[in-house]
Amino acid sequence: MTRIEFWQGNTACAEGALAAGCNFFGGYPITPSTEIAEHMAVKLPKKNGVFIQMEDEIASIASVIGAAWTGARAMTATSGPGFSLMMENIGYAAMTETPCVIVNVQRGGPSTGQPTMSAQGDMMQCRFGSHGDYSIIALCPANVQEMYELTVRAFNLADKYRVPVFLMADETIGHMREKIVIPDSVERIPRKELVKGFLPFKADADLIPGFPQFGKGYGVHVTGLTHDERGYPSATNPNLHAALVQRLVDKIELARDDMTDYDIINPDAEQVFIAYGAPVRTVQQVMHDRPGPEIGFLRVRTVWPFPEKALAVFKNAKRFLVPEMNLGQMAREIERHVRVPVRSIPKLGGELHTPGELVAALEANR
Amino acid sequence: MSFEDWYRQDRLPHIYCAGCGNGTIINCTLAAVDQMGWKKEETVFVSGIGCSSRAPGYIVTDSLHTTHGRAIAFATGVKMANPDLNVVVFTGDGDLAAIGGNHFIHACRRNIDLTVVCMNNQIYGMTGGQGSPTTPRGCLSSTTPYGCAEIPFDLCELAIAAGANYVSRWTSYHVKELEKAVKVGLETPGFSFVEAMVQCPTAFGRRNKFKQVADHVEYLRAHSILKAKVDRMIEQGEKVPEDMFIVGELSRRDRPYIGGKR
Repeated sequence: MTRIEFWQGNTACAEGALAAGCNFFGGYPITPSTEIAEHMAVKLPKKNGVFIQMEDEIASIASVIGAAWTGARAMTATSGPGFSLMMENIGYAAMTETPCVIVNVQRGGPSTGQPTMSAQGDMMQCRFGSHGDYSIIALCPANVQEMYELTVRAFNLADKYRVPVFLMADETIGHMREKIVIPDSVERIPRKELVKGFLPFKADADLIPGFPQFGKGYGVHVTGLTHDERGYPSATNPNLHAALVQRLVDKIELARDDMTDYDIINPDAEQVFIAYGAPVRTVQQVMHDRPGPEIGFLRVRTVWPFPEKALAVFKNAKRFLVPEMNLGQMAREIERHVRVPVRSIPKLGGELHTPGELVAALEANR
Repeated sequence: MSFEDWYRQDRLPHIYCAGCGNGTIINCTLAAVDQMGWKKEETVFVSGIGCSSRAPGYIVTDSLHTTHGRAIAFATGVKMANPDLNVVVFTGDGDLAAIGGNHFIHACRRNIDLTVVCMNNQIYGMTGGQGSPTTPRGCLSSTTPYGCAEIPFDLCELAIAAGANYVSRWTSYHVKELEKAVKVGLETPGFSFVEAMVQCPTAFGRRNKFKQVADHVEYLRAHSILKAKVDRMIEQGEKVPEDMFIVGELSRRDRPYIGGKR
């Protein structure tokens, strides 16, 4: 039987993680994500899972990666300053193809910024924040229900693609309370095991190698150095490095149709909103207030890799309007893919766009 | 079985310079591990970045060669998620005491059931010989060209103060003692810290008047002073010479710990 609850977004995230089989949480307190850690601290020990509060966010993500290699479904949750600290080890997770889930309940930055206010200022950092070339997957919830569902999805994508997956929430969604319908069970996509005798970092046709879990006798060496298919360091072979990095990127970018997740409303419209996270709600209000086929809406849940094919569906689009709680981070990504103007509607300060602000943008320069 | 059975033969030869002391420390550690009767599939080696941290790559078990300074934090995740694994960390003075200092003291505080073997060569060897937090005063390195002006860390005192159950220090000269110390560390529940002073002819010895590798090893021998002797000297009101360092078992206790086998 499904059940209905009235939950905070951060609670829904933690419960989604537990439903997905998360059994390790390593974290450090930081507003506005702390409720996730607190909830996991209560629940994980009762489920034979491990909650550990580490000494900082660098250690948090390190412990998560270590736990993942023992087969755990492992996660951490943080916000801007902690997210910045995690960046080096996020690159390590990408390089070593370690499945893990990182929740960022975004707040106003840069620096300490606005700990209790909402923002979407880390969208580029989550994609490009660690050094070198790599790819990741990022999901953006716009309501409490999606905090639950996308957390589940994050674990499945992490295990399927052996990649760090980000739940890029924001303070608004993390702290709001809403009705949520809890399903009886959720889908769990298991990690593909390495077949004994095969090389641990030799990819299959899907570009993803099987996972050699620690403690199972694989004797695998895992290193952040450029490595060959045996996992052995080989840091000065140009072709090997190029092929490895290209595969790490391709295994995500070439599979984007599998992980893509968006809604298209009014595909024939000339004016099209594109939104993810909290601004989705304001767009929904505007569309509610102005019913009819005139306003198009691309609502994106999988933000990275960006679903550029969805843009082509809006064949009549004369303009894309992109409200974001930053100075136009994803608007710039969208500009790369379309020939018509992309109008960024930035909002800083920690509050949602008002419907009036979006209507004003809609009516400007028509 | 012998320690040699733990080596990943197809990875040899190793990257260490001629005369490097790290191989000695790895041999001693693996000999101790071998005596424990541990199964290879139940043993994991974790390391950070630096010469010492290359060690796990030469060992046949599962191993995690991580980011600079973070080995203990990664190892904490491995051990907490699967406490049945035996987890040994290889690290160096730069990795452990500089960039990884915070993780070190918190692992001691938690008294998590890991054994950390630190190869202290008092220099950053991998990057070509820069001063580290354990470079002695007056010693030359590429970033202390006029002699190191700072006061070095005593890593063992740090570990004891922060709460580690087992702490000992030996040198690359004292191979039997070191092997035994690592074994006691492996046997002792909670956090065990074994510091091994090692010669680094390429980056340290060359700049600090150790023309031969043996000169440096002899220096380590001659400047180590047994814990028991130091205790006697203090009792008799004698002063321990400043250029000497204490070797032996410096702490063995039974504080509450985490990460023990299920």
